[in-house]
Amino acid sequence: MSLWERLTDLDWTPFVLSFKLAATTTLILFFLALPLAWWLSRTRSRGKPLIEALAALPIVLPPSVLGFYLLWGLSPQSPLGAFFEETLGVKLVFSFPGLVVASCLYSLPFMLQPLQSGFESLDRRMIEASYLAGKGPWQTLWRIALPNIKPSLVTALIVTFAHTVGEFGVVLMVGGSIPGQTQVASVAIYELVETMEYGTAHIYSAILLLLSFGILLGVFAFNRRQKRRQGGLS
Amino acid sequence: MIEISVKKPISTAEQRLELSVNLRLERGSFTAIQGPSGSGKTTLLRILAGLEEAEGRIVVDSKAWLGEGRRLPPQQRSVGFVFQEYALFDNLSVRENLLYAAKDPALADRLLELTDLKGLEDRYPATLSGGQKQRVALCRALMRRPKILLLDEPLSALDPTMRRRLQEEIMRLHREFGTTTLMVSHDPAEIYRLADRVLHLEGGRIVEEGAPMDLLLQTAGSQKFSFRGELLEILERDAIFVAVVAIGQQIVELVIDASEARALEVGQQVIVAAKAFAPSISVEKNPRTFAGGAGYRRDGEG
Repeated sequence: MSLWERLTDLDWTPFVLSFKLAATTTLILFFLALPLAWWLSRTRSRGKPLIEALAALPIVLPPSVLGFYLLWGLSPQSPLGAFFEETLGVKLVFSFPGLVVASCLYSLPFMLQPLQSGFESLDRRMIEASYLAGKGPWQTLWRIALPNIKPSLVTALIVTFAHTVGEFGVVLMVGGSIPGQTQVASVAIYELVETMEYGTAHIYSAILLLLSFGILLGVFAFNRRQKRRQGGLS
Repeated sequence: MIEISVKKPISTAEQRLELSVNLRLERGSFTAIQGPSGSGKTTLLRILAGLEEAEGRIVVDSKAWLGEGRRLPPQQRSVGFVFQEYALFDNLSVRENLLYAAKDPALADRLLELTDLKGLEDRYPATLSGGQKQRVALCRALMRRPKILLLDEPLSALDPTMRRRLQEEIMRLHREFGTTTLMVSHDPAEIYRLADRVLHLEGGRIVEEGAPMDLLLQTAGSQKFSFRGELLEILERDAIFVAVVAIGQQIVELVIDASEARALEVGQQVIVAAKAFAPSISVEKNPRTFAGGAGYRRDGEG
């Protein structure tokens, strides 16, 4: 079989699922993390380190630990899982919605931290000038703060997306490996290796590798251009 | 009429002090604030703008901005603020910067015309010079037709020519909009040209106030003119002594005799004064700290 035939015959479902999951997670996390990052960048509250530490946990925790707690928390035996299943009719374990919840937790720091440090690096007086122009905090966030931290914003969105595509442990534990429902690309590769289908595993892996590299290259190139634009003209 | 009576503890790296200011400003007046750095000038402006909390009262045209159990947020105060470092919105063009403050295209056009910014409306702040940026900031501050215009050392980052030009524009806008203006400045020439009253703030309190002429003119008694300066060095040349004194941005040499040389110490603040034609030099009785190299320069300009 030629490479082209292999590619056209390839089952793309795991990739479609991965991208659907990554896109949904990125979108939800953007709206969740944005107010939190804005608040964290401006607050003098004593609770700030506590919240920062909690939000950074997914970076250091083994995915299996996070996956285990999620599995336990989302199962119908727990109050949260029971609420979702009985009231909303949504099953969170071994389902796509469950994967979204898990990914939102797992990728939270990758959205939160770039946004927060972007806001923190903004000139405080620019924000004050917006208040003095009669605008409240939300309008200031939307019209002044966010457009002025474009590199951080792009980093947050893209890295969150890429990180969600790249997750494995949590997805496997919470979602299992149901083809078409929870079997994302990274899990599919694991399955392929288990069943010794190395040929397809190679292709899947190469695709993920190239995609991830391309995305990161794009982010760094964008940020470099932004920096040069700011530096070059001022 | 604006009545201000505020208190606020300020802690800087060197010291802790309490800002305590009682002040009445006539409507349409132009008041300058001078004083050493860390004396609370900027804090006072920020309290007026609502950017910083304080105890006390601020009443503007019989409306309480602070006190009586409330504190109006900056959005609800009728204040225009110009920061030393411009603080323009980098993501908006010059015109958008103005319209962000108030959707009043006619006023924006007029302000841009008054400040000679016509033709630059579509440029972004990163492409403007310092003087142009500060003019945009000035226009933006006036877009909401504020009752009080607060200027925090607005021209200190600019070169003398640009300063001079912007001083004229500030004066024109102040008159045209009938605002009550409060400006922090270290430049006596600037204060003299613009302000009708000067406050000298030191250690969080107003230690002196009056008309610029009275406060800034540093002569006393029969002296024809006098300058404050710092004694940099005493050189011995043959039989005479030469005192090197820094006055503002200038260095001058004065011939002094041996007894004078003995009485003076390098680093002292001195007054260089002339009675009739012979310049004399004497130790300043009340050394006063003042910020910035510009000091009390009143020469060379104007």
